[in-house]
Amino acid sequence: MPRTTYVVPPTYLPLIGCAALFCLAIGFVSWLHQLHYGPYLAITGFGLLLLMMFDWFRTVIHEVRAYQLDDDPVIDHSYRWSMGWFIFSEVMFFSVFFGTLFFIRVFILPYLSGAIPEGTMTHFILWPDFKNIWPLLKTPDPQAIAGPKAAMEAWGIPAFNTLVLLTSGVTITIAHWGIFKKKIKQAVLFQTLTILLGILFLYLQVQEYAEAYHHLGLTLGAGAYGNTFFMLTGFHGFHVTLGTLMLMVILYRMLKGHFTPKPFCI
Amino acid sequence: MSHEHPSPNGILGHIQRWVFTTNHKDIGTLYLIFGFSMFFIAGFMSLMIRAQLVQPGMQLLDPATYNVVITMHGLTMIFGALMPILAGFANWQIPLAIGAPDMAFPRLNNWSFWLLPFAFTIAMSTLFVEGGGPNAGWTLYAPLSTNYGPPSMDYLIVSIHMLGISSILAAINIIATLLNCRTPGMSLMKMPIFAWSWMVTAFLLIAVMPVLAGTVTMMLTDRHFGTSFFNVAGGGDPLLFQHLFWFFGHPEVYILILPAFGIISEIVPTFSRKPLFGRTSMIYAIICIAVLSFVVWAHHMFTAGMLLSTMIFFMYTTMLVSVPTGIKVFNWVATMYKGALTFETPMLFAIGFISMFTLGGLTGLMLAIAPADFQYQDTYFVVGHFHYALVAGTLLSMFAGIYYWVPKWTGYYYSERLGKLHFWLSLISVNITFMPMHFLGLAGMPRRIPDYGLQFADFNAWCTLGAFMFGFAQLIFAYNMIQTMRGKGQKASGQVWEAAQGLEWSVESPAPYHTFTTPPQIKSET
Ligand code: HEM
Ligand SMILES: [Cu+2]
Repeated sequence: MPRTTYVVPPTYLPLIGCAALFCLAIGFVSWLHQLHYGPYLAITGFGLLLLMMFDWFRTVIHEVRAYQLDDDPVIDHSYRWSMGWFIFSEVMFFSVFFGTLFFIRVFILPYLSGAIPEGTMTHFILWPDFKNIWPLLKTPDPQAIAGPKAAMEAWGIPAFNTLVLLTSGVTITIAHWGIFKKKIKQAVLFQTLTILLGILFLYLQVQEYAEAYHHLGLTLGAGAYGNTFFMLTGFHGFHVTLGTLMLMVILYRMLKGHFTPKPFCI
Repeated sequence: MSHEHPSPNGILGHIQRWVFTTNHKDIGTLYLIFGFSMFFIAGFMSLMIRAQLVQPGMQLLDPATYNVVITMHGLTMIFGALMPILAGFANWQIPLAIGAPDMAFPRLNNWSFWLLPFAFTIAMSTLFVEGGGPNAGWTLYAPLSTNYGPPSMDYLIVSIHMLGISSILAAINIIATLLNCRTPGMSLMKMPIFAWSWMVTAFLLIAVMPVLAGTVTMMLTDRHFGTSFFNVAGGGDPLLFQHLFWFFGHPEVYILILPAFGIISEIVPTFSRKPLFGRTSMIYAIICIAVLSFVVWAHHMFTAGMLLSTMIFFMYTTMLVSVPTGIKVFNWVATMYKGALTFETPMLFAIGFISMFTLGGLTGLMLAIAPADFQYQDTYFVVGHFHYALVAGTLLSMFAGIYYWVPKWTGYYYSERLGKLHFWLSLISVNITFMPMHFLGLAGMPRRIPDYGLQFADFNAWCTLGAFMFGFAQLIFAYNMIQTMRGKGQKASGQVWEAAQGLEWSVESPAPYHTFTTPPQIKSET
């Protein structure tokens, strides 16, 4: 069964992508170094990156529809696999911060408080009054780095937001079924609901951050607790933002009738 | 729908062809050319280092500059030379080896490559930033890179992010290609061994490049946003940096060696005129090495301070790696045993690789023994070890691969006479350069210093002599390759090597711009 091959034509998109990342990178660092052109360069780079991505996805979607590439199982599987591996890379990225949290709680703080190895001198020599209490409100050296006044209450916004995300998993599954059953109204309705839940999550997270900064003294720089809290929730929030944007694009394409019950990926 | 061979007109046409290309052969060529250019730049830095160390006392570089040069030498060699060159092999050979028309995602492939020159423009620009270039060594240990790092460190961090994006995209592309684009009838176990080595390497890349990206991100927030991940005062620890770095770093060294194993496993059977001995065990050995590489990282930190039980664990896992590595070495030797051997340049380099890499593995085993490593850590012994693995290992295998496949790529044989000269000069000078480093290390000479005690003078002079010889030998290589690319050699047939097996030899030489647009048939045996 010989298959004809679609030969991808030459493309200028990656070049734009490189230029965009280049400007973003240089601009961001210049910004940190208080050079006046920094922010402008960074924002230009970021905008260019968004435009490039928009154009790239548009090109791929047109190409797939024009040549019915999604009927080709090879291409279909390649897209699925690559998404899977991309998610794996994200898992590894997040595991850095989870690993950090683990290492801090299981090794560093017990070391500093003299718990392991038994009778270690580190504790007596460095900070003899340091106690290992998590959440870490009092850092080993509070003069140098002050801890937060209080920790984030788990049963407030965080618990509710967890519920929001879990629910959004349910709604998007219903939307998915809607496509399979050719009930486009159901699909559109639940897709919209999912997007709204995503936005709700982000709104609440902003509230949570505001409370942390203004009332709890819980900042990114507030010792190990603040560091890991903001690093993990921050990158997570960033992913929710991107995910919500993708869901919006999918909604738009649903309305244009791009999706049919056949197993699809693009 | 299909596109003819591009016939660029004018300078602009040429630039367009190479910048906009989505062809795996073009992109492979770009990777190779970029990689070897960076190899010469980083090689120049290494000669600066060796010139500084030719005799005790200060000659060429002041200590601050010396630190910058060793840092940039290491980073450029690993991320700019070795990884891109290996990716060049992957781009050229994987579609040819598995009978695919191209990579799974040709556009993405272009992006993976072109990110590199942009990222390295940033990385190299650090040399001209006020406050001097990055000077913490290629391992970028905190707090040298955080509290005490120069402003240029920030540029290095963002360039590492770009390199990370490039590697991850390339790796995803390679895995997708290998999993989905094989010609019908080629099961995974029938896949050529070079392709297999890249499958596992790509997996390693996807697993650890994000770890490096996350780690340097924490470095950035420590430097500018008040976090204290690597600062004990706030509840972090510089040791955390070392753990994270080596969790990336050890798999990274296997990223650099596994494709080299793949290349050697292709070459040895061809010139022994025998199938690869223990093919299946070779595949499992690669997988085994990759899995183990995730649980050995702390052997880089034996003297940094850790629990005794932790130390013992990492000592044994590290020693365990030599089992699958040993299997590979024995299988290569067994392939050659009773074979009808001929010694063309690729085979010479392959045999050079096998013997030299084994030495690197053995010194690795010495380093794995925790109590002994207390003595070796941060001495020239370690420098000797990893240069045997990387220069006498990966680099020699790359030369082997280039000589092996260049007739397929260009349609012309290289000059065998110059190739052999290149081989012997390289082999001898590699040993003159790196062998004495072991003795220097055992005698106590620390690494990463611009000056040393008088008792180390003789051996250091030998190292420098060898290094310059090695550098000279590479000019012969460059000349030979330029001549081959210009079509100065003998014309090659499609088969190229008498006993070569595999789909890539079924197409003519030079390989046409588009190959396997309809999937080829594979022979039923193998
Ligand atoms: C059987 C195989 C191997 C073993 C048991 C082994 C073991 C070790 C150990 C224990 C160290 C730490 C030494 C110290 O800092 O005191 C080390 C360092 C190193 N090894 Fe290996 N190794 C092996 C193979 C390789 C290979 C194949 C490569 C690269 C292709 C490699 C590259 C390196 C590098 C780059 C370093 C030094 C990193 C640095 O401190 O800058 N090793 N090895
Ligand atoms: Cu290692």
